[in-house]
Amino acid sequence: MTGAPTSSACGFEMVAGLEVHCQLATRTKLFCGCANGASGAEANTAICPVCTGQPGSLPVLNGAAVELAFKAGLALECRLAERSVFARKNYFYPDLPKAYQISQYEDPFALEGGVSFQIPGVAVEAGGRASRPPSGRALAAGGASKRVRLHRIHLEEDAGKLLHAIGSRELDGSLVDFNRCGAPLIEIVTEPDVSSGKEAYAFLTALKEVLIFAGVSDCDMERGELRCDANISVRRKGDPTLGTKVEIKNLNSFKAVKEALDHEFGRQLGVLQAGGRILQETMLWNADSHRTEAMRVKEEAHDYRYFPDPDLVPLVAEARLVERVRGALPELPASRRRRYIAAFGLSEYDSQVLVSERALGDYFEEAVKGIPAEAIKVAVNLITTELLGRLNSGKSTIQSCPVPPASIGGLASLIHDGTLSTRLAKEAFARAWETGKAPEALVAELGLVQVSDEGQVKEWVKAALQSNPKAAADLKAGNDRAIGAVVGAVMKLSKGKANPGLVNRLIKEAASS
Amino acid sequence: MSLERSASRIAADISAGRTSAAETLEAHLERIRRLDPRVKAFIKVREEEARRRAREIDERRTRGKKLGLLAGVPVAVKDNLCVKGWETTCASRILEGFHAPYHSAAAERLLAEDAVLVGKTNLDEFAMGSSTENSAFFATANPWDLDRVPGGSSGGSAAAVAAGMVPVALGSDTGGSVRQPAGFCGVVGVKPTYGLVSRYGLVAFASSLDQIGPLTRTVEDAALVLSVIGGHDPRDSTSSPRPMPDFSEALAGDARGLKVGLPKECFAAGADPEVERLVMGSVKALEKLGASLVEVSLPHAKHAISAYYLIAPAEASSNLARYDGVRYGLRASGATTVDEDYAQTRGSGFGPEVKRRIMLGTYALSAGYYDAYYGKAQRARALIKRDFEDAFGKVDVVATPTSPAPAFRFGEKAEPMAMYLSDVFTVTANLAGIPGISVPCGLAMGGGLTQGLPVGLQFLADSFREDLLFRAAAALEKERPFAECPLQAIL
Repeated sequence: MTGAPTSSACGFEMVAGLEVHCQLATRTKLFCGCANGASGAEANTAICPVCTGQPGSLPVLNGAAVELAFKAGLALECRLAERSVFARKNYFYPDLPKAYQISQYEDPFALEGGVSFQIPGVAVEAGGRASRPPSGRALAAGGASKRVRLHRIHLEEDAGKLLHAIGSRELDGSLVDFNRCGAPLIEIVTEPDVSSGKEAYAFLTALKEVLIFAGVSDCDMERGELRCDANISVRRKGDPTLGTKVEIKNLNSFKAVKEALDHEFGRQLGVLQAGGRILQETMLWNADSHRTEAMRVKEEAHDYRYFPDPDLVPLVAEARLVERVRGALPELPASRRRRYIAAFGLSEYDSQVLVSERALGDYFEEAVKGIPAEAIKVAVNLITTELLGRLNSGKSTIQSCPVPPASIGGLASLIHDGTLSTRLAKEAFARAWETGKAPEALVAELGLVQVSDEGQVKEWVKAALQSNPKAAADLKAGNDRAIGAVVGAVMKLSKGKANPGLVNRLIKEAASS
Repeated sequence: MSLERSASRIAADISAGRTSAAETLEAHLERIRRLDPRVKAFIKVREEEARRRAREIDERRTRGKKLGLLAGVPVAVKDNLCVKGWETTCASRILEGFHAPYHSAAAERLLAEDAVLVGKTNLDEFAMGSSTENSAFFATANPWDLDRVPGGSSGGSAAAVAAGMVPVALGSDTGGSVRQPAGFCGVVGVKPTYGLVSRYGLVAFASSLDQIGPLTRTVEDAALVLSVIGGHDPRDSTSSPRPMPDFSEALAGDARGLKVGLPKECFAAGADPEVERLVMGSVKALEKLGASLVEVSLPHAKHAISAYYLIAPAEASSNLARYDGVRYGLRASGATTVDEDYAQTRGSGFGPEVKRRIMLGTYALSAGYYDAYYGKAQRARALIKRDFEDAFGKVDVVATPTSPAPAFRFGEKAEPMAMYLSDVFTVTANLAGIPGISVPCGLAMGGGLTQGLPVGLQFLADSFREDLLFRAAAALEKERPFAECPLQAIL
C-alpha cells in the first residue's frame, strides 16, 4: 500500500462522516418473537409470518430493543427525541420480504451526540481538528484527544441474506436466508468530523468500546454485528463549503475503513489536482487490491419513497423509561479511565489497557478490593503481564480465567509486604493457572515463601562472597556493579526465596564492614 | 327451516339443542349449491371442513359443554382474511396457490365462539373497487337483480348474506367496502372505529384506513359479531386497548332524545331522487319516534375523494410491493434477471385497477411530489377529521345515504372516476377513523330502472361510539322492517 498524502502537504483536507450499523443484543427480533442472532443457524429456522412478510402479518415493536437503543443513545451522549416515527423505506430486493425496510427517517429516536477519544501520536490544532504536527514529530503515547459529533441514531430492521453458493458449489439461482431478517439495528450517523483514516479507526474503536460497555451490542464484526459505510469529500483547507461526497461501502473491518478513506482521499486529491471533477457516486472497497471501485452513480439511485409506517404508532420516549435506562447505564470507558487514574494512581497506559474490556476492568476492581494502596501497582502489573499474556496466547477470555481476582490481590499484597518476591509470585500464578488452585495456598504448598530472616540470609551472603572472591574484592574496592554476581549466587543458594531487598542490603553491609 | 333465522337465533337454538349445527349447515350449503352458480358469491366453499367442524360442535354440546356466542353459525369470510391452511387469494392471480400459514385474529375469534366457517367470498382484487367486477376470477351478481353488481369490494360477502347462503359474513372496509355493498344488497354492514377490530391477518390494502366489519341481516347480529371479533389484540399495534362495550342496551333501539345530524353538503351533492326520498323518509320516521334532526356542516368533505385516492393508493403501493414471486404465490417463468422476474411476475399477476393504483401511489410518494400529494392529502384528512369532531359536539349520529344511487349494472361504470365517486359518502369515515353502519331503508319505487332495488342509509358516529350507531339502526329496523331478498322468486 502506498502512503496517503497528508493534508498538510498539499493544502487539501479530508472531510469524512461515518454511518455505523450495530446489531442490538436482544433475545428476539425487532418486530416479531423470532430469535435474534441466529444468523449462524440452519437457514430459515428463525422465521415467522411477520419477518418473512406473509400477507396480513403486522409488526409489533420489541420493547427490549427500544431499551437498548435508548441505552446507546444515552451512552453516546445523545438527546432522546420525545417522539420518533417509524417509516417505510421502499425498494425491491429478494432479501427484503416486504419490499420495504422499517426504519426511521424524518424523526429518529436520538440526536446530537458525540464520542471523545484519543488519537495515538497526533496533536490537535487550535481549531480542534486533529492532524499531524507540522514537524512530523510524534507525540508521546496517549496522543491528542478528539471528538466526533453524532448527527443522529435511528432504529431499523435488518434484511435477509442471499446465498449464491453452498460451500464451493455455485448455485444456478440464488437462495434467501431470512434468519437475519428483522434483526434490530441502530444506525449511528456522524457529522463530517473525521479528517483522516487514523481518526476514523480511533473513533470506531472508541465507539465499539462504548457500545460493548453499555451492553448494547457484542459488536462482533465477523458476525456482521457492526458494519460501517463512509462518506468522504475533499476540500481546500479553510474552504467553508464541502466538496462532492463519495460513499464507500463494503468496509468489513476498522482497518478497511482507515485504508479506504486514506486511499479515497488520495484518489480524489489526484482528480482535483489534475483539474478534474469528483462525481457523486457509491464505491466499493476492494480489500484485496486496496482500491475503491465505482459501484453506481448516485443520480441513478433509488427513490425510497419514505413515508410513516401506518402499521406502527410513534415511539414515545416516556420519562420513566428513559430514567430507568439512564439509571441502569454502567460507567462508561472514558469516565472509568479517569477514575482509575484518579483513585488508583494508574498511568494513562495502564488505565487504557484495563478499560479496554468491561469485564477486565471489573476483574481489576475486584482484585484490588481491600489491598493496600501501594500494592495496587503490583496487582496491575500481574494483570497486564501475567494474566493478559496468558489470555492472549491461549485465546481465552477474562470470563473463563481460572485465577479469581481475589488471588491476584492476595499475591500483590504478599509481594508488597515482602513475603514473596515478584519472581516467586509469578511462579505461584503460573501454577495457579495450570491447577486452578488458589495461589496463596500454592505459596505454602510449594514452599515459595520468601525468606526474610536476617540470620539465614546473612549465612547465604557470607557463603556467596566466599565462593566469589573476585566480586567480593571488587565490592570492597567500591565497584557496586559487582553486586549482581553476588545476588545471583545468593538466589541460587536460597533457591530464589531470599528477600531481594534484604539480600542487597546485607551484601552492601558485608562489603563495607 | 333455519335459513331465515338470524345468527343470534341460530346460536341460541343450537346451544339449547333445538337444532344441530350439522342440520343448520346443510340447509345453508344446499342454498349455496342452488343459488351460488348464479350469484357467484364464493371463491371457494369448504363443505367438508365445515361439516367436520359442525359435527365437532354438536358432539361438544352432546357431552354437555357450553357453546360459544356463535354456536354453529355458518360464516363466510372475505378472501382477503387469512384462515390457516386455506388458500387466500384476494381475488388476485398473484396470490393463487398461497395458503395462509396462520389464522387472522378475526377468524380465530369467530372460531373461538364456535362459528362454522364455510368458505371464502369474492371481492375486487385486493379490495380495490366498488363493484366486485375487479375480481381476477369472476364478477359476483347482486341477488336482487342478477344483471347488477353487488357493490364492492366486499361484494361476495354482501351477496352471500342477502341470498341467505349465510347469516353472517365478514368484509373489510377501506373506503366503504362493507357499507356500500351492504346498501346495494339490502343487508346491514358495519365499518368499526379504526383500531376496534384487529387487522392481524387481514391482507393490507391501505393500512391506515382498513377495518374488518360484519355483514348481517339484522342489526342485532351485526352487534353480536362485532363484539366477538372486536377488542384489543397485541399483534396489531394500532389496535385500541379499550374493552369492548356491551351493546344490549343500544339494541333496544330507543330513538327518544337521539340527535341526528344531517350534513347539508351531502344532501346538496345530488343523490338519486329515490335514494334521497327513502333516506329523508327514514330520518323523518326517527324524528316521529323522538329523535331530533339537526343540520350539520362538513365543509371539507368535498376533498374526501381526492384525499382518499392519494392516501389509499400510496399505502397500497407499499403494501403490495411484497408480491414479488420470491416466497409465495405466482412466479413468472423465463426471467433471466431479478428485475425481469419482478416485472414479469407483477405484470402478469396484477389486474389493471391494482396496477393503476400502485402507479398512482408510487407517484404520490415520489421525492419532489410527496408534499404536493401525500402530504397535502394528509392535511385534508386532518381537516375532515376535525369537521366530524365539530359535528359530534352537536349530534349523536350523522345520517347520509350510503351511496348516491342503488346498485348499477355490470360495466356501467367503466370509467375509473365514475366508479370512485360511488364512494363519496363512505370514504370520510375511513379518513376520520370513525365508525359507520349501513342499514336498509327501503326499496326504490317510481317505476324507474332502479325499481325494487334496496337503498342503504348510513349512520356515522364519533370514535368508539358504535353503541349510538346500533341504537339509531335498531330504531329504524323496528320502524321499517328490512325487506327479504326475493331471489327465490327470481330463480
